[in-house]
Amino acid sequence: MIVASPKSVTELKQLIDRHQKVLFVGCGTCVTVCLAGGEREVGIAGYGVRMARKLAKQPVEIEQITIERQCDNEFIKDLAPAVERSQAVVSFGCAAGVQAIAERFPGKPVYPGLNTQFLGILEEQATWTEKCIGCGECMLAEFGGVCPVTRCAKHMLNGPCGGSTSERCEVSADKPCAWQLIFKRLQSIGQLDRLEKIHPPKDWSKAWHGGARKIVRPEHRI
Amino acid sequence: MSQAQARAVPQTASKWKPEIIVFCCNYCAYAAADLAGARRMQYPTNVRVVHVPCTGKIEREHILASFEKGIDGVLIAGCLEGGCHFIEGNLRAKRRSEQLRDMLDEIGVGRERLRMVNLSAAMAPTFVQRVNEIVQTIEGLGPNPLKAHDAPEITQAQKVGVP
Repeated sequence: MIVASPKSVTELKQLIDRHQKVLFVGCGTCVTVCLAGGEREVGIAGYGVRMARKLAKQPVEIEQITIERQCDNEFIKDLAPAVERSQAVVSFGCAAGVQAIAERFPGKPVYPGLNTQFLGILEEQATWTEKCIGCGECMLAEFGGVCPVTRCAKHMLNGPCGGSTSERCEVSADKPCAWQLIFKRLQSIGQLDRLEKIHPPKDWSKAWHGGARKIVRPEHRI
Repeated sequence: MSQAQARAVPQTASKWKPEIIVFCCNYCAYAAADLAGARRMQYPTNVRVVHVPCTGKIEREHILASFEKGIDGVLIAGCLEGGCHFIEGNLRAKRRSEQLRDMLDEIGVGRERLRMVNLSAAMAPTFVQRVNEIVQTIEGLGPNPLKAHDAPEITQAQKVGVP
């Protein structure tokens, strides 16, 4: 899922300082699961911004709605009446949601309520870790299901680098060495021979380095 | 006069009494408050006790809504650490209240208006002491600044008592 983190009350207050009636839109998918932009988080942000603005003698009226998915026009279109009633929209979806709403309502300012972080998983309660940078050409099969492109600080395809200590990355002691994980995983599934393969430099043209990507699937088009 | 109307009337420092909510856990603070009553111990009457099954059940929205509606202070009274009936509800409440205190500072309401204390069901004198402490703190801080913004603007003539 996409993992995001909330912006502070001060940041949110600054974002909407020129508006008196604002719509806060939550998203019921990834950012609800990562406790950043769901119905409850939108409510809490609403309390914070309303009180801060009132104390600054610039009261603001905040309407709150949470839709199932902000990255899908099918759900965004239901926002139309509420967007019409408001001077601006703060999207508590990921950056894709913010842009989807902005594209749908070209005449309305749309601001991000969250800082979108990465594609990751819930490691333990309230702890998320990055697992994928979306490089466009998945190599997980070669590395026993542990991605060195994302999880090795040097993105090494022919690791390890020799800088790890006690199975920890030299960049930070709280990061496990991805290549240690790859070794252990390949050992446990009996595929250590994969480590003998030398990988050529990765073709980064399939990642975002060539600009925003687009996928068209003709078989599904109507 | 309704409560809202009463709030709208500007009060002088001597007349103003803080309105404070004490969220009391069923297994400790509520019983301690009950015991304090049975022992005829006195504590300020401007405190409103809200009975909750566990301090871990208090959501952040409850506290924020209280402050937005103009309450002057909130005390969360939970079990001693390690003594929660639900294992760690009081520890969760502690983490949430710490985060909320930071948020209240950022908002401008002030972190001192929210406090969490830990006690057991037998600690009636401690309950009274903690309630007295927060009342004193809030009296020192003055009314919730949001309440002041609810009040109508006072003209210079009103300030000096000109009819």
